[in-house]
Amino acid sequence: MPLTPERLQDAYRQMLVIRKFEETIRSLYQQGKIRGSFHPCVGQEATAVGGCWAVRRDDYMTCTYRGHGQAIAKGLSVRAAMAEMLGKVTGCSKGKGGSMHFTDPSVGLLGANAIVAAGVPHAAGAALASQLQKKDNVALAFFGEGAVNQGVFLESLNLAVIWKLPLILICENNLYSEMTPSHETTSIVETHKRAAGFGFAAIQVDGNDVETMYNAVESAAEKARAGGGPTYIEAMTYRLWGHMMGDPEIYRTKEEVMRAKENEPIVRCGKRLIELGCTEADLSRLDGEAESMIADALQFAESSAVPELADAFTDIFI
Amino acid sequence: MPNITYAQALNDALREEMKIDSRVFLMGEDIGHHGGIFRVTKDLIDEFGAERVRDTPISESSFVGIGIGAAMAGMRPVVELLFMDFALVAADQIVNQAAKLRYMSGGTVSIPMVVRAQQGGGRGNGAQHSQSFESWLAQVPGLIIVAPSTPADAKGLLKSSIRTGNPVVFIEHKLLYNTKGDVPEGDYSIPIGKAEIKRDGRDITIVSYSRTLLFALEAAETLSQKGIEAEVIDLRTIEPLDMATILESIKGTGRLLVVHESHSNCGLGAEIMARVYEQAPDSLIMPPRRLGAKHVPIPVAESLENAVLPQPSDIVAAVEAMF
Repeated sequence: MPLTPERLQDAYRQMLVIRKFEETIRSLYQQGKIRGSFHPCVGQEATAVGGCWAVRRDDYMTCTYRGHGQAIAKGLSVRAAMAEMLGKVTGCSKGKGGSMHFTDPSVGLLGANAIVAAGVPHAAGAALASQLQKKDNVALAFFGEGAVNQGVFLESLNLAVIWKLPLILICENNLYSEMTPSHETTSIVETHKRAAGFGFAAIQVDGNDVETMYNAVESAAEKARAGGGPTYIEAMTYRLWGHMMGDPEIYRTKEEVMRAKENEPIVRCGKRLIELGCTEADLSRLDGEAESMIADALQFAESSAVPELADAFTDIFI
Repeated sequence: MPNITYAQALNDALREEMKIDSRVFLMGEDIGHHGGIFRVTKDLIDEFGAERVRDTPISESSFVGIGIGAAMAGMRPVVELLFMDFALVAADQIVNQAAKLRYMSGGTVSIPMVVRAQQGGGRGNGAQHSQSFESWLAQVPGLIIVAPSTPADAKGLLKSSIRTGNPVVFIEHKLLYNTKGDVPEGDYSIPIGKAEIKRDGRDITIVSYSRTLLFALEAAETLSQKGIEAEVIDLRTIEPLDMATILESIKGTGRLLVVHESHSNCGLGAEIMARVYEQAPDSLIMPPRRLGAKHVPIPVAESLENAVLPQPSDIVAAVEAMF
């Protein structure tokens, strides 16, 4: 069932939460309050919200180091995410995982991963578990088009089809593999065509439209739950910021980024809501609610304690 | 007690665990109707079906990764690698993923997965099918590493490995599969992390595991005829390492030789010697020694392979040189 106008407002607010989360992280990063690397997902919020909202909380999901949005959309607490970024004990991984490893199995989030494509077989494995346990859970794997040349990715495509896994692969094609245009390094850059070659039901969709994403994933999930096997969804999107903090972005022009901003998911969703009868005041209210959630999360994270030194030596084995 | 082969003992362990725990399932190349190249999974597909005894394509990183995902979602996969050498194909999944996901998640996920593989030389399988990786793997926090030498230990440790709830690399040896030994009947397990003194002796402690443990026992008999009584410790588990048993033994013998088939260079022998010096520097009456593969790839010709890998006669010679 497509998103109702009310749910679309929620989705709009959720995308704003993700956007503001990333903006806050950038600011904290610039203040030197965040260690390590940060790979923002600004501009890709619709794939996260549309994709994750189309499945259940107890369905599984893996994502990548550009996965803050997906983790939050799947249900990871924004407080726990913010605290993790600041290395606090209240973080989702008690400060041990950081930006690239958001994990919360209580919402099906089996982990963001810092090795490109490495989380894809994990989602396939969760899908296999669901199949073996005779459950109707599905698994989503998010990855970028930069992952499609990794061996383990291609191997996983094969196994997903052979074993008819309840798996939904979501390729966020943002045109750039790290700092290189993907068409320069990828033989068939329309990645769904590769997946089709493996026997996938494979489609390409507008990944900047949250309703389109939602509908595509919902229908794939329905098919997977009924034993219909895996689906590959190539979601065309655009990364509005650099690959990571400090990316000089020499691989694209400012004009290209400006043009992409006209097509970015939050702007588009706002326009759609106006079409559906929302007012500018409604959108402002949703923006304000998102702002409050981020302010609360930041306050929570900043006032949280850092881990005890002894915590470095726990959580290795059960 | 029935006298069965190492391969049969492993097969029994898998069968028993699959019977009592529906979460346990197997993946690997040729493990179904073929029963595995060393017959460890023989007939299991008939009893448990192709869903739980899954033949995989030749793509180690994906099926190890799938094992990890299934483990996080409540299953207990036992993944077979045809040869330990192929662990390198799946190294990202073993080292970057299985070993670290629990830690990086702050303990919110666990990876109850066993990766089984046979390793080692002695059959002329050449440099890409004869290696031993336990020393490398022991460098990775987050992996339990087990390397049984006898059928009874193999069965008891495989059961413990499946039950531990953590990622385990279970190291078998291709030339142990047909060795026989008495194996207790019924459900029993052997604790992970506990070495065993396989032979008592007063003059020197020989620490080993896997196939070279048998060599050490053989050498000990030869040495006994020469008046040297060696105590032989079978580590059984490489990580966590049971230093207490080693330290206790050298208190009595004052001499230590570590023997393993993996390369000496930066190997487990060096680690054990270092820990002995750190933890009990006064126990030894002379410097310890280690014996491992010489620092070349493993050759095929029998004479060359025997020259590169430690043999029982090398152990005898190494011990004699310490008296």
